[in-house]
Amino acid sequence: MDKENENINYKSIVQGYVVKNARKRKTINSLITIVLFSFVVIAVMPLVSILIDVFRNGVTAFSLDFLILPPAAMGSADGGIGPAIQGTLMTVGFATVIGAPIGVLVGIYLSEYSSSSKRFAYFLRLFIDVLTGIPSVVVGIVGYITIVLTLGSFSIVAGAFVLSIIMIPIVARVSEETLKLIPNSLREAAYALGISKWKVVWHIVVKGSKSGITTGIVLAVSRIAGETAPLIMTILGTSLFFSGFSSPVDALPLRIWRLSSQPYSSAHEQGWGAALLLILLVLSLTIILRMVSQKRGFSLKATT
Amino acid sequence: MKLLDNLLKSSNIKKNDDVSSGFSYPESTHSNLSSNNDSKLSIQSLNAWFGNKLALKNINIDFKENYVTALIGPSGCGKTTLLRCINRMHEMTPNASAKGNIILDGLNIYDKSSDPVIIKRRMGMVFQKPNPFPTMSIFDNVASGLRLNGIKDKFLIKNIVQESLEGAGLWDEVKNDLDKPGMGLSGGQQQRLCIARALAMQPEILLMDEPTSALDPIASSKIEELVSDLKKNLTVIIVTHNMQQAARVSDYTAFMYLGELVEFGKTAQIFKNPVKELTERYISGKFG
Repeated sequence: MDKENENINYKSIVQGYVVKNARKRKTINSLITIVLFSFVVIAVMPLVSILIDVFRNGVTAFSLDFLILPPAAMGSADGGIGPAIQGTLMTVGFATVIGAPIGVLVGIYLSEYSSSSKRFAYFLRLFIDVLTGIPSVVVGIVGYITIVLTLGSFSIVAGAFVLSIIMIPIVARVSEETLKLIPNSLREAAYALGISKWKVVWHIVVKGSKSGITTGIVLAVSRIAGETAPLIMTILGTSLFFSGFSSPVDALPLRIWRLSSQPYSSAHEQGWGAALLLILLVLSLTIILRMVSQKRGFSLKATT
Repeated sequence: MKLLDNLLKSSNIKKNDDVSSGFSYPESTHSNLSSNNDSKLSIQSLNAWFGNKLALKNINIDFKENYVTALIGPSGCGKTTLLRCINRMHEMTPNASAKGNIILDGLNIYDKSSDPVIIKRRMGMVFQKPNPFPTMSIFDNVASGLRLNGIKDKFLIKNIVQESLEGAGLWDEVKNDLDKPGMGLSGGQQQRLCIARALAMQPEILLMDEPTSALDPIASSKIEELVSDLKKNLTVIIVTHNMQQAARVSDYTAFMYLGELVEFGKTAQIFKNPVKELTERYISGKFG
């Protein structure tokens, strides 16, 4: 614009900077790569060492008896964690049966039906986020007061109730996020065929995000399978197998806690074994559901 | 060869116009379905909004049965909005609204008693980007509208699927792969699959929103040929950015600008002797 500028050679100036900074840029690049990688190592190390420790200490406890027998008298190396396995499977199973459908339905509402009442949806989301952050021990107390005291006994009902309460917000938010990933063009394509709203939502949107919803449920199940505090206040723990809906039940996290607080090394070994089993249960559940849902899952990769 | 034909067709317009004084479309001989005037669909004083922004200003236009009408105009002029008003898709966008009358065979689409779902069932819609349902096979994609509207007769569905795929010119290419995913097809095939999906619902009107803008020229020319075939059985309204395409496939053309309908008439007339200066400037590429 100014006459002075006409003679300035911008090309050489810009290129000069590019060349001048090349070495510095390379150093910084590799430095940042190293820093990031070392933080990854720092983050992964505890996880790996926990897994290795649990596996090394726990695998020696494994035997058929360990898996199916009830705990023996304190201090004895016999007995197993049969009731705890049964109790965890049942409590988590019931909790999932209650919590997963409710969570998914809330997620569907938030993603597909809330546009007409944005205020309500805003508060619902806020409420769900707060619920996710509530310490599980608080939920446990609520379960103790509302169900255990009302029914007069510790029971699997109370345990399933509190675990489902912990589960619902996780499933709801993950479901909402996955449903929102379904491109709007698919909804419009379905509406254009004269399909009613609930059928579009169910057959196109929900069925299209099956794998994402499954991931949410698995995430929530893994979370509640390891819950200890709320279970102490609701199912209490016992060394007996399931004996009805109005008596205490055992669970793996409770058994791990009991075994680890005993002074006997045989009990510690069993505790490691129970911990390893819990990890394996959650891990295998994740892998199985992943495989099932990916087989007929939703793939966006082919779209673009 | 087909591509060549199409190119020739586009140049044919000029030849046609040499006899433009005597140029006339055969007036519809099968309009017993439609009302006194031979328009299949009549839009009267339609306004549409996005929030507070007026996107369509007092649109009046008649679409004739068994003809192809092209909507042209620069980006943002309201072509797509008009198309989406016709099957009441527009109001499904958050904050969007529309007011006016759209008469389909004597029935006012914007009447309070009209059910938007039923209206959509009478019209097919093809979108800018091919959007087959990703979880479904080719067969299921075409059958989806039938099944989700409650048709269970497998024999009937099978026949309609075949007929629709044939109608969309896709049958020969996919007849052995009906159970393969629809997403595995090429872009042009996917778009024809979407047309077949719309045809399966036996629509009276086919709304096409820039159906070839995401396709290569060869795939586009196939769609264009298809449009010419389809008008034997239904009324086609096509939004396009491509003026050659409008000239090739349409019988009538509407030129829109800034939410208003500037000019509407027979395609040959619009392209050869536009009445408004704005139309002429757009068609000759002086803006747009």
